[in-house]
Amino acid sequence: MPKVIVDGIEVDVPAGATVLQACEEAGKEIPRFCYHERLSIAGNCRMCLVEMEKAPKPIASCAFPAADGMVIKTDTPLVKKARNGVMEFLLANHPLDCPICDQGGECDLQDQAMAYGAGSSRFLENKRAVEDKYMGPLINTIMTRCIHCTRCIRFASEVAGVDDMGALYRGEHMEITTYLEGALASELSANVIDLCPVGALTSKPYAFEARPWELKKTQSVDVMDAVGSAIRVDSRGSEVMRVLPRLNEAVNEEWISDKTRYACDGLLRQRLDTPYVRKNGKLQPVDWPEALQTVAARLRSTKAEKIGAIVGDTVDVESMYALKSLLQGLGVTSLDCRQDGTKLTAGPRSGYVFNSTIAGIEEADFILLVGTNPRLEAPLVNARIRKRWLTGKLKVAAIGPVVDLTYPVTALGDSPALLADLIAGKSEISEALAKAERPMIILGQGALTRADGAAILAQARALTEKASLVRDGWNGFNVLHTAASRVGGLDIGFVPGAGGKDVAGILAAAEAGEIETVYLLAADEIDTDKLKNAFVIYQGHHGDQGAHVADVILPGAAYTEKEGIYVNTEGRVQLGRMAVFPPGDAREDWKILRALSEGLGKVLPFDTLAQLRQTLVAAYPVFAQVDHVEPAAWGAFGAEGSVDAAAFTYPISNFYMTDPISRASVTMAKCTEAFVLNSATEQTEKTGTHG
Amino acid sequence: MSGASVQKFEQPASFAFTPENKAKADKFIAKYPEGRQLSAVLPLLDLAQRQHDNWVPQAAMEHIAEILGVAPMRVMEVATFYTMFHLAPVGKHHLQLCTTTPCWLRGSDDVVSACRKKLGIDFGQVTADGQFSMVEVECLGACVNAPILQVNDDFYEDMDGDSTVTLLDQLARGEVPPAGSMIGRQTSAPDGGPTTLVKKAATKAGASDSDGAKV
Repeated sequence: MPKVIVDGIEVDVPAGATVLQACEEAGKEIPRFCYHERLSIAGNCRMCLVEMEKAPKPIASCAFPAADGMVIKTDTPLVKKARNGVMEFLLANHPLDCPICDQGGECDLQDQAMAYGAGSSRFLENKRAVEDKYMGPLINTIMTRCIHCTRCIRFASEVAGVDDMGALYRGEHMEITTYLEGALASELSANVIDLCPVGALTSKPYAFEARPWELKKTQSVDVMDAVGSAIRVDSRGSEVMRVLPRLNEAVNEEWISDKTRYACDGLLRQRLDTPYVRKNGKLQPVDWPEALQTVAARLRSTKAEKIGAIVGDTVDVESMYALKSLLQGLGVTSLDCRQDGTKLTAGPRSGYVFNSTIAGIEEADFILLVGTNPRLEAPLVNARIRKRWLTGKLKVAAIGPVVDLTYPVTALGDSPALLADLIAGKSEISEALAKAERPMIILGQGALTRADGAAILAQARALTEKASLVRDGWNGFNVLHTAASRVGGLDIGFVPGAGGKDVAGILAAAEAGEIETVYLLAADEIDTDKLKNAFVIYQGHHGDQGAHVADVILPGAAYTEKEGIYVNTEGRVQLGRMAVFPPGDAREDWKILRALSEGLGKVLPFDTLAQLRQTLVAAYPVFAQVDHVEPAAWGAFGAEGSVDAAAFTYPISNFYMTDPISRASVTMAKCTEAFVLNSATEQTEKTGTHG
Repeated sequence: MSGASVQKFEQPASFAFTPENKAKADKFIAKYPEGRQLSAVLPLLDLAQRQHDNWVPQAAMEHIAEILGVAPMRVMEVATFYTMFHLAPVGKHHLQLCTTTPCWLRGSDDVVSACRKKLGIDFGQVTADGQFSMVEVECLGACVNAPILQVNDDFYEDMDGDSTVTLLDQLARGEVPPAGSMIGRQTSAPDGGPTTLVKKAATKAGASDSDGAKV
């Protein structure tokens, strides 16, 4: 533990820490551009200069290891003069276009120029100009503004694992670009926009939309996948302008996926903003009382066993709980939250959550992926695995089709039979698995949504027990979910009751006419063709698959428009916050269900969200602790059965369109075109400011 | 480099080392420890340039990246950093004319205008027959024998207008004139023979350190 004295303050820093970290420990702010704590050290911007006693000249604190007995000064005239000099050089070639720059107001260079800038320039020569580069439909480039900190290059090659960015030429001619100006093909690509300390890389969909000081900032959680990334929703008036990452070391560190960031423009399109009732075969706009009366009348007139309810992928726990309470009050048992047909059950919690936790990946030394492509299903889980792999202490094996996960994987094949080999200890990785100290198995929905999913789950449990993946202070059994609502749904037991049907059962029965009324709570990723014979009540926020077959539409709120609890794949309970109001006549979902219960004469026992949460916590104590993962006790789950020989497939083929919001998003459509269909039509597109 | 030719040219669709060069490349790679193959990128780029008419096409960078097991971008970064790698076609005889102060004082303007006149091209251009290309460079580090004209790997020194024309004629005929001084200077010795140490020291005692000063 080196002791360093910073401006007279003595601090202890861990061995291997840098002088900059020691200064931060002492509470001194060090200006920087190239240094980023999650990236490797480049030391090329020189902004972090500090004075070290006995050193002949200022040192770059970000790249200088802290040593015992060092005396550092950060506030001397020499330091100030040195940083002023660096700033003058940086500004020599930086254009004076802050008034038209999207980074304005949240620009590191702008902020630090306030402290270290000269106020006027001594540079009389021509400033350099650099041609803008194409980096895909998300990243807007104005390369003349670039100060060559190389953060974006380091992010792409280290965190994203896509070695496509680089710096060409040298000296004054240096240019940052992607290889042959291709789109940066990573699910995390847009994080370079946040990393860019200047306005060289800015957000393309958000270009010239708003200034940061006009925006209302709401701290919330993401629902585009089951990771539950911490996000900040920036809104102006009734419109969500953009979504940015928020720091959460346990989940997303400070990154978010491109879908999380950019699907928000889908919140403005295809919205259900008024109730509808189908009259004479056509959906007609009606007022709330009429819509609720129609639904209540229908639910009263249908026998309980002929009613089914399916919950979608992005629904908050409160709404699910309200719907469950309402329908159970009517005696309905055909409830299901497992829209994709996953064979997970509401049994012991350890059987359906990511027990090792996402941060726990950084302790793992062996990971077996079964039927999952984390790069598309949970890009941030994949980034964690890559982060661990970069330390050299992790080996990864996979059962499933071979895909590029940005780290090397021992591909065992794609047959489910390989699990039996593993249990028998006959697999090529059996030895590695047995030797590992912190082994993990990650079971994906590609393995669980099959007809034999329950048997595969049982085999995974058998393997977990056989290889003793659950040991002291470690649970190596993990289920990777793809839907933000799934774990919450399983937690409140939104699954078929006695004699009830599951999703496939409800759909089949609806087609056969055995189920007459189906309540869809924002459920769209199902085969809605089978619902044509049934009376469909759709409560949700987008005019997607579900709304097309609906007989009554109750317009609900999307995740940015309501307070709601979401449980991520780890079982972490998190709070989503309301950033804007739902559009038009749309209402928060639990309120709709509460109003409906009145019409049915079975009033739900809560009038406010606080009361709802109290009843929820009383019934399910797991929701009492927000942002906390309680280790779940091991138990029996899965069901013995024969395993089909058919190869595993992955649940997500198009990362950019997985739910009603992202399907309605123009940006996601452009991404689909550029990355999934591989047509870079936008490359030739120029805006009015291009020469 | 960034001053690459503005003339249009076609990139070849593919590139592969000849068996001899592949063997050389393997030798270069073997010099570095496992996992550090990227260190061999410079000699490999040089090999590629020598094999491919004195310039490195895109396909060669991709080929090298594949051999080294790195992303093509990493090879491209190196290739664009060094001015010695040509990323666009150059002439069979690539002329580099130094015009930095010592060469300029000693008459590099004559050399430049002789080249321009003789070849009909300017800096950054290639003759129509693909025989010559010329670029202006900063100091080549041989100021003692200025002006310098570098042809591919060789330095031709003590140039003037006439000797430049002669040299270009010889090159055009396919001859390879000996490199070095064009006025018969021995390496970088003084022009016209030695000027110091011409006579033996008179006596050992009392002789000053600098005999030359007494000559």
